[in-house]
Amino acid sequence: MIALLIRDLRLATRAGGGFGLGVAFFLILSALVPFGVGPDRATLAPVAPGVLWVGALLACLLSLDRIFALDHEDGSLDLLATAPLPLEAAVAIKALAHWITTGLPLVVSAPLFGVLLQLPVQAMPWLVASLALGTPALSMLGAFGAAITVGLRRGGLLLSLLVLPLYIPTLIFGAEITRRGAEGMATATPLMFLAGITLGVLALIPFAAAAALRVNLR
Amino acid sequence: MSIWEYANPTKFMRTTEGLLPWLVGSAVICCVGGVVWGFLTPEDFRQGSTVKIVFLHVPAAMMAINIWVMMLVASLIWIVRRHHVSALAAKAAAPIGAVMTLIALATGAIWGQPMWGTWWEWDPRLTSFLILFLFYVGYIALWAAVEDPDSAADLTGVLCLVGSVFALLSRYAVLFWNQGLHQGASLSVQSGERMSSVYRYPLYLAMLGFFLLFLALLLIRTRTEIRRRRLAALQAREMRA
Repeated sequence: MIALLIRDLRLATRAGGGFGLGVAFFLILSALVPFGVGPDRATLAPVAPGVLWVGALLACLLSLDRIFALDHEDGSLDLLATAPLPLEAAVAIKALAHWITTGLPLVVSAPLFGVLLQLPVQAMPWLVASLALGTPALSMLGAFGAAITVGLRRGGLLLSLLVLPLYIPTLIFGAEITRRGAEGMATATPLMFLAGITLGVLALIPFAAAAALRVNLR
Repeated sequence: MSIWEYANPTKFMRTTEGLLPWLVGSAVICCVGGVVWGFLTPEDFRQGSTVKIVFLHVPAAMMAINIWVMMLVASLIWIVRRHHVSALAAKAAAPIGAVMTLIALATGAIWGQPMWGTWWEWDPRLTSFLILFLFYVGYIALWAAVEDPDSAADLTGVLCLVGSVFALLSRYAVLFWNQGLHQGASLSVQSGERMSSVYRYPLYLAMLGFFLLFLALLLIRTRTEIRRRRLAALQAREMRA
């Protein structure tokens, strides 16, 4: 399992692996929004929590098809499926690798983009906490979508169509935590809901994703 | 004699052939009857004549949710028993459900404009219907994208299971999200019970009509799917020969 994780991370950090692509996308989005809605603090600050969360979600979506597509092309996915490692565990490791290469950089760099979007300082810890809690769910749900569309020739657009409705609860609670943090309100309730969703997703989705992979590798 | 005998497409085709004209006939009678009777009801003293759209809106909204539940059951039957007619029925039901959701959203907008002064409001009920519509679109697109019919049935089945959980989750997440921001004027079963019987009986008739209409369309579409399968099998045999 660790070997698989290290292999995936190494592939992602080498040239053309797309490591950091999510953060770059996030930067572009954060730079474009002020041009779209106007640069003054009064208009930016209220929308910042939502924009940051939507940006993180889209950045995550951007790199989803990498989870299985390349391995499917060169046949190493078939090897993984026949290896002694259960396919469910392989899916979980792949989602973890995706989170380390996409989600974790987003979590770390989010305060920087929060500054760009005039997010109040007291909301920063909540932004980081909600992203740290929510992005693993995004990666795991994305792995499910990628597993469903792995055999398809033009699966990219279909992948986003399938995954976006699944992302809605995570987005709602994540943005809610940040918004409440910005306004200095209690954040415990949405925080618990988000944690519940993430844990539920981490526990159950690997089975669904592995089932979809088995169908596609049949 | 058990329902599993209908896994045999030939038996399914023979049974539904006799059933279909009766179903179509009663669906048309109930739909037209319910809507026309609803249209002839007196005007509501507060909402005026706009209340009459309820006879399209409520049955469509009810069917939109129930068709997804039916697809969930059909997907489960396919996954557990490999019941081909069941998978094809789920496939056939999805576009009907999507159209019902669209009808509910559209009539809701037409009704909402004079009542609330807006076409669209991010009310929990409206938003979760929009999400339901997205689920339908994704499901239909996945059926269309996968070439091998058995893989497509498996993949859409898994998607339907996961999607059902998340449709439910989104429903409550959306409720949470908009709490305290906007108290939406919503249509609920409770308000149906407060409705006077002048409106209630035509509404029940329209609901029955929409249900029969769904059954009739479902059978027609499933029969088409079975015929399409048979055609594909014949063509494959032709290619081999």
